[in-house]
Amino acid sequence: MSVKLNTRQVGDVTVIDVSGRITLGEGSSALRDALRELTAKGNKKILLNLSEVSYIDSSGIGELVSGFTSVANLGGTLKLLGLTKRVKDLLQITKLYTVFDVHEEEAHAIRSFA
Amino acid sequence: MDSAEQALIDQEYSSTLESVDQAEASILEAAGQAGFDEDEQHRIGMALRECMVNAVVHGNRYNKNKKVHVRVLRSSERFTIQITDQGEGFEIQEVPDPLDETNLLRHSGRGLFLMGAFMDDVKVRKVQPSGTEVTLVRNVGPRD
Repeated sequence: MSVKLNTRQVGDVTVIDVSGRITLGEGSSALRDALRELTAKGNKKILLNLSEVSYIDSSGIGELVSGFTSVANLGGTLKLLGLTKRVKDLLQITKLYTVFDVHEEEAHAIRSFA
Repeated sequence: MDSAEQALIDQEYSSTLESVDQAEASILEAAGQAGFDEDEQHRIGMALRECMVNAVVHGNRYNKNKKVHVRVLRSSERFTIQITDQGEGFEIQEVPDPLDETNLLRHSGRGLFLMGAFMDDVKVRKVQPSGTEVTLVRNVGPRD
């Protein structure tokens, strides 16, 4: 299963629900394109819901990092929601877990943007 | 090859991302047959994927005339994956440490590190006339 992305608005926060695999190729490029489109439109509060992401490779991690820095460079914030154990482990061993603001509950994540 | 080692996979792949998926599927099956549980299969599969991507993208640079050779050997003590590309090779000493604070937010450069994190041993050597052979070893039995 490749990646699927669905974008929705909750107040002034844009939530991207991601499901499937974020790997080099279609998966990572779809995420990159979605984040570029949102930042081009001026969206500065982005919540990436990864609760349905079954797999992420180093290319996918690279897209998360690039998205994080791109949004930050525009004065915005990209946060993560609902990491599976495997994705959480991956961010921990790459020392990126503390770089991102990670949330387990959507309502809590949305409030944190205020 | 150790006389007690059994070859589970000996396959040449073209330099495409589809080959990465095919090799990953084969390795997951082989790791399952070797008795690794689901989490261990995931780690081995991920190490293989990172290595295959390096071989296809950075080694062979998607060149359709170049192949990636994958061998998987199993003994009572080890599960060994050898991946050989036909690229120009690289100096392992020149690969930046992705955990260094100055590199944490780099887009790429985590593949080799992840191979080491998920396997018990990683060896890289140049092969003649050109190419790189990466050997990934996972010991059979619980990890330390």
